[in-house]
Amino acid sequence: MYSPKTIQYFNNQKNYGRIKNPDGIGKVGNIVCGDVMWLYIKLGKNKKGEEVIKDIKYETFGCVAAIATSGQVTELAKGKTIAEALAISKDAIISELGGLPPIKVHCSVLAVDALAEAIYDYFSKNKKPIPEDLQRQHEVISESRGIIEDKYHDWIAAEEKMHEAGRER
Amino acid sequence: MKTKKIYLDYAATTPADPQVVKAMSPYFTNVFGNTASLHGFGAEAKAAVDASRKIIADALKASAREIYFTSSATESNNWALKGIAWANKDKKHIIISSVEHDCVLTSAAWLERQGWQLTLLPVDKNGMVNPADVAKAIRPDTLLVSVMHANNEIGTINPIGEIGKICRERDVYFHTDAAQTFGKLPIDVNRLDIDLLTASAHKLYGSKGAALLYVRTGVRIQPLLHGGGHEGGLRSSTLNVPAIVGFAEATKICLSAMKEENVRLEKLRDKLIAGVLKAIPNAHLNGHPKKRLPNNAHFRFDHIEGEALIMMLDNLGIAASTASACSSPKLQPSHVLLACGLRPQDAHGSLRLSLGRWTTEAEIDRVLEVLPGIVEKLRKISPFK
Repeated sequence: MYSPKTIQYFNNQKNYGRIKNPDGIGKVGNIVCGDVMWLYIKLGKNKKGEEVIKDIKYETFGCVAAIATSGQVTELAKGKTIAEALAISKDAIISELGGLPPIKVHCSVLAVDALAEAIYDYFSKNKKPIPEDLQRQHEVISESRGIIEDKYHDWIAAEEKMHEAGRER
Repeated sequence: MKTKKIYLDYAATTPADPQVVKAMSPYFTNVFGNTASLHGFGAEAKAAVDASRKIIADALKASAREIYFTSSATESNNWALKGIAWANKDKKHIIISSVEHDCVLTSAAWLERQGWQLTLLPVDKNGMVNPADVAKAIRPDTLLVSVMHANNEIGTINPIGEIGKICRERDVYFHTDAAQTFGKLPIDVNRLDIDLLTASAHKLYGSKGAALLYVRTGVRIQPLLHGGGHEGGLRSSTLNVPAIVGFAEATKICLSAMKEENVRLEKLRDKLIAGVLKAIPNAHLNGHPKKRLPNNAHFRFDHIEGEALIMMLDNLGIAASTASACSSPKLQPSHVLLACGLRPQDAHGSLRLSLGRWTTEAEIDRVLEVLPGIVEKLRKISPFK
């Protein structure tokens, strides 16, 4: 079901792990649904004096597509200016991976969102002006996270109560 | 170096035994007749099917006329539920367990949408149905109870004899899906009070395309397929003669070596389970520790996801399966693991290794050699530690 390139990316994981003292962290996805991606970025300057993504790493809990897209997004973003990084689309990731099964397209969205959230985190920590598009993207991501947490909240709480009762017995 | 591939997904399907293929072979070419034809070609094919039916009926301690050949376990399960419901419309209540195969669950849910009432039985943390829950759930208008013999995912074996007894006493039909157990565990439909039973050839080293529904004499059932009147008018379709002959041959082979084979498989399974739980931290066994299929080992590993695990094993030539959400077409974690009380986040990192006739100790050793490293690698990639 996966393209040879996706499998290749999955097998040769690059840029995974944590960055110490990152300039920005993007945390997206939800453990209940089964995909969680944490993206760390460290900023630097290029020769022209522009801010670029000097280092980028990911930690991902998820399937083959989630891990492959995590690796892919870090490679596409490394060395890029912030504007260039924000312009990376899910379609660019999918095309680099030689296509993704339709049911796995959401993983590429997750990768794009993680990068946007990491940059948002950097901007807001450093009190920098946040581009309008990025602000909107952040709001959409936060909202959908809220929906998922709400959707599962009662259920998870009930489950946890049951587990606790089980332990007490 | 290219290593030999290791198949540990026998619960999904099995390769046909070479002896089975040999038995089937003439029925594609020389003995190709339609069992419904009057001429000699048809008679020859019919004789082969009759002989096969007898072998399989004997294996279940049933009579030959109670065996109906179908194309798959899915068809048999659909037929059992819908056929019983349609033939007995005076009773509208059906009971199934919450860990049934999707084809039972969705057939029951479909009937529910048509006006039948459905009760889903809970299971304990090992995935086992409590017969007392069956007794409690039966009402005056209960028509059918369907509880699988052993679970296809986690391998837990249900106390179907006790459940059958309760159903018999309360005058309720009892169906069991024995796709994972026929040919692997002894089944006597009389001693176990079974009214309907599903089995499938490709799970026991036969071919895809042949399965059966056992229907006890006197049980009222409507057909799912109407047509030329094959199988006593209850299942029209030209019979898949080669696959049926193979089904019987496969049954014979399984029965002749069942005891020794189970001892061998249990030893390998227990070595695998003990080895994995010892070598990998935060690894858990799913399903009943003892009352489980001799060939089933089912684990979950905290903080990692099953599909990635399967892919890494596949890269090393090891074929296994998972019930993680990411690997399912619905992106939902396994209903079986959730029914056992696991939270979705715990159900993602599941791994099923199912053993079979050609599994060797060297293969189990190889899994034990590589699996800890794979789990460790995925945990390194995961944000959860």
